[in-house]
Amino acid sequence: MKERRKGKIAGLLFACPWFVGLSLFMAYPVCASVYLSFCEYSVLKPPMWVGTENYRDLFHDELFWTTIKNTGLYAIVALPFGVLLGIFLAMMLNSKVRGLAFYRTIFFLPSLLPQVSLAVLWLWVFNGDDGVLNEFLRMLHITAPNWLSDPAWSKPALVLLSLWGVGNAVVIYLAGLQDVPVQLLEAAELDGASAWAKTRHVTLPMLSPVILFNVIMGIIGTLQVFTVPYIMFPGGSPARSTYFYTMYLFDNAFRYNKMGYAAAMGWIMFLAILVLTLFALKVSERHVYYGGEAK
Amino acid sequence: MKIRNRFRVCVTHFALAGLSVVFMFPLLWLISTALKRLEETTMHPIVWIPKHPQWHNFADAFTYGSAQLGYIPFLVYARNTLLLCILVVAGTVVSNSLVAYSFARLKWPGRDLMFAVTLSTLMVPFPVLMVPMFALFRDLHWIGTYRPLWVPAWFGSAFSIFLLRQFFRTIPFELSEAAKLDGCSEWGIYSRIVLPLSKPALAVVALFSFMATWNDFLGPLIYLIDQKTFTLSLGLQFYQSQHGGTQWHLLMAATTIVVAPVILLFFFAQKQFIQGIALTGLKG
Repeated sequence: MKERRKGKIAGLLFACPWFVGLSLFMAYPVCASVYLSFCEYSVLKPPMWVGTENYRDLFHDELFWTTIKNTGLYAIVALPFGVLLGIFLAMMLNSKVRGLAFYRTIFFLPSLLPQVSLAVLWLWVFNGDDGVLNEFLRMLHITAPNWLSDPAWSKPALVLLSLWGVGNAVVIYLAGLQDVPVQLLEAAELDGASAWAKTRHVTLPMLSPVILFNVIMGIIGTLQVFTVPYIMFPGGSPARSTYFYTMYLFDNAFRYNKMGYAAAMGWIMFLAILVLTLFALKVSERHVYYGGEAK
Repeated sequence: MKIRNRFRVCVTHFALAGLSVVFMFPLLWLISTALKRLEETTMHPIVWIPKHPQWHNFADAFTYGSAQLGYIPFLVYARNTLLLCILVVAGTVVSNSLVAYSFARLKWPGRDLMFAVTLSTLMVPFPVLMVPMFALFRDLHWIGTYRPLWVPAWFGSAFSIFLLRQFFRTIPFELSEAAKLDGCSEWGIYSRIVLPLSKPALAVVALFSFMATWNDFLGPLIYLIDQKTFTLSLGLQFYQSQHGGTQWHLLMAATTIVVAPVILLFFFAQKQFIQGIALTGLKG
């Protein structure tokens, strides 16, 4: 009896840093953020309750919709391409070629680099006159676009850049592929399945939980994209074509001092992430295979 | 059959080699530019290997602005970043191993509920917390100091708690029982049995928190004011916003300085990186 009580006290003592952290750096900001989203708040003056005004204003804020459109468009293109390239690279790496560690290093490395350095480096890669990319395109006699100053090419530039960082997902896919039971593939081969049939009916279904995980992480990450466009395209230039949701949120909070407005934007983002994640889980229900689970 | 297989291996090799060249290009371009003279950066066709590699570009990037400011910014940024990383990594390892030990191996009322709450906080994106956190730290008069960037690390983070808890649970409970029979306290079990057996997981947590701090941009952007206190990421952005589009060779040298430690670290700790990512991705 005494022993059990001692265990309880020890448990609470060990966990107490987290009790403080959870309440101070999570619970309090979450509650305060809900409250502030219904306030006019400029940091300099105490918050003033304005009801749902922030949310109603957002609804009529043209820039708000522009950033949603930009973020959505970017996500719709960058996510599928990322998933396809990620699976493609992982499957090639998984085909027992020599030099796996070498290739894996090369694909993985870019995803580790600081976002700021990525942005600065790619500013130079995309440079209209002297950048390496356009130099190549000119060599192939392709009209080189102005990646950084043409609104039609700024988002594709960011998608290309995001594909360079696909390595993180590749490592996860690769680990998933290595868990695909060899017996299943051998059985399929004995039955005369082609390489494509094996991929389509064995590998991909076995990999589906990993794909779902990467898609959800991708949704969360893509909706919050900030650092790279913030540095590469100041103010969402050209013509606001790269003004993303988090950039506008940041500007509202720290440039225009509209903290309440920014808090409301934060909650709308949270809801969007929640809805999209649930949607992804729902859609995937029929397609994702969890080993050993009864249907 | 055999011939077709060999053909497939060939095609795979070819594709992998081609793609790795594409993936390497930006980094080669970075290093090549960092070693050029200014005139060489705008030459056509591209000069890939500078005639006379300008190694002093790195020194110039390091000391840039020192004349006007009276101190050497990039060296100062590097020192600031390193200091911050040490504080964050130490805090992350200490606090999260304690909390994860409690969640994994001790029983107390409400523990499982608490753990569920902890996991659910992973859903909350940083932009939601940005405004009230800023207000909180402003009230504490912490804006302009490093405290907003490292103090929270000493109070646990959901992700690291989760990662360590999963690992701690795999350590046989018989070890704890035996130690207890020998009169060992919980603290003793934690520090003398569980921690030494968890070095791989602790290394992953330390590595991830180091990388997150080294790479962080939004945090320093919000909380730091004085240029003397900037981190490398923030310093590089500052440098770029002042000289982007003019001094590409120096800008690329500065970028190399920011990137090089990460690449070095990766080569030393490749196993931990791969393990850590696979661990969180698959068991998540």
